[in-house]
Amino acid sequence: MKASSQLRVSLSLTTVMVALFAVAAASLYKVDQIRSETRQQDVLYISSAKALKRLSLGYNGLMADLYWTRAVQYFGWKHKHRETDYHLLYPLLDITTELDPQLIAAYRFGAPFIAQPPPNGAGEPDKAVDLIERGIKHNPNEWRLYYELGFLQAMERHDYTAAADAFKRGSQVPGAHPFLQILAAAMAQHGGDIQTARMLWQTTLETSDNAMIKQNAERHLRALEVDQTVPQLEQVVRTFREKTGVQPTSFLQLVSAGYLRHIPVDPLGHPYKLRPDGEVEVQDPDALPFIKQGLPPDYHPALKSVPELRM
Amino acid sequence: MSRIAAIASNTFREAVRDRVLYNLILFALIMIGASLLIGQITIAVQRQLLINLGLTSISIFGVLIAIFIGIGLVSKEIDKRTLYTVLTRPVRRWEFILGKFFGLLGTLVVNAGLMSIGFFLALLYLMHGLQKSDGWIVVAIFFILLQFVIVTSLALLFSAFSTPIESAVLTFAMFVVGSFSEDLRAFAASANGVAHYLATGMAYVMPNFSALNVIAQVAHGSSIDWHLIVFNTIYALTYAGAAVCAASIIFQNRNMK
Repeated sequence: MKASSQLRVSLSLTTVMVALFAVAAASLYKVDQIRSETRQQDVLYISSAKALKRLSLGYNGLMADLYWTRAVQYFGWKHKHRETDYHLLYPLLDITTELDPQLIAAYRFGAPFIAQPPPNGAGEPDKAVDLIERGIKHNPNEWRLYYELGFLQAMERHDYTAAADAFKRGSQVPGAHPFLQILAAAMAQHGGDIQTARMLWQTTLETSDNAMIKQNAERHLRALEVDQTVPQLEQVVRTFREKTGVQPTSFLQLVSAGYLRHIPVDPLGHPYKLRPDGEVEVQDPDALPFIKQGLPPDYHPALKSVPELRM
Repeated sequence: MSRIAAIASNTFREAVRDRVLYNLILFALIMIGASLLIGQITIAVQRQLLINLGLTSISIFGVLIAIFIGIGLVSKEIDKRTLYTVLTRPVRRWEFILGKFFGLLGTLVVNAGLMSIGFFLALLYLMHGLQKSDGWIVVAIFFILLQFVIVTSLALLFSAFSTPIESAVLTFAMFVVGSFSEDLRAFAASANGVAHYLATGMAYVMPNFSALNVIAQVAHGSSIDWHLIVFNTIYALTYAGAAVCAASIIFQNRNMK
């Protein structure tokens, strides 16, 4: 009798417990919905790296890793939602690198996050350069940081003299990739050329040990190829029109007339499209992020295919 | 010597029966395992994160174990009146303190060993092997053990004259102040006159835990100067020795009636 009474009490309590937990979970779900507009990650409770250093009781390395992870999450969230306001990104990276000045990843990956124009980054190349320069000051033997600096100066600030100087400084670091010397010379002579940009991305592809960076470099190389091919094709169309007085309606017409050897295809193997006005565009612009040429008029990138960043 | 060993082994046996110990070890191992998951949402610092979180867990949970068990070493014996039984035997009071110290230290070494095995298994899982620079992680763990030596001696010192709660607060406060020792030194260097001498004196009296924390360094694969290993060892052993002596003196003169 006593045992069955105990069992009854236990079962009743279990039922109440499950019911209460279900109500709590449902309430939390509602709370999440209410608070969806006010994101917690937009708050930096402690903005002083020095204060954080003290609060970490000497475990700075762990604190820096956590802040770096927070910066990655903050950036990823903003990037995914195509936001243009990245105001906490630099403070988060600043704190991370103050806590652990040897955390190379925060400089190498963080600087492009800051430099690239919105919505792909914070659009603050000067701050990105400051961050990388600080990284170099603390880690003068990390040749990759000089490479990143040169890259930023060339691609984001278009300061090819500064880029050449960064590559040159990097080439003097023991164990530096020999390509830095070539890049320094290329920057000094042909800073703004598409070939130089191709060389930079190719170097990134060949020297990086990170799969994401490699994939991203490949995407940029594909974009450069499109940017180079589309104006060439449009020139062929113009020449045909000038010589025949007829606007071509397809690339097949140009191939038949001997202006092209074959139907042109983009780096993904899709044939280019020829518009009635003679402009050339790619079939699937979302699959070719970063292209500047060959975009359909009024094109807006789809949210699903947000391009990866240069990292 | 055998009397100290007997008390130490008894203290060890008593400590391993404490449920708090297992909860803390389990929690530390969960933290080490969690670092593998956190590593999935970050970029390029998975190994560093595992080392930082793993060694920090070993250090913090070890210090907590040292405090929670250390503070009750003397007071529990008084409360349970077992101390009187021990002291009626041919055991000197300082031998009792020393036995307690080594008993708890043994517990901490075994715990740190278990947590370190868990940590290295996680590292092996993540990296599919060990690197040459991972040898410095062993040095960092050795420094963590030296931290435990100092914390245990302080917990014992405070428990020799105060209640468990007071001992816990005092020991934890010493751990916090000791972690700020670099700041104390910086303040001493910038201060003038009496403040300079007072701050310098304080910097030497307070334990220095900053010098024993090389976790961030080894997470980057940096080497540790062997001079630092030698002098940190001498420092920790002598400082803890002095604290145990102070605990013995206080306990020696304490009126047990």
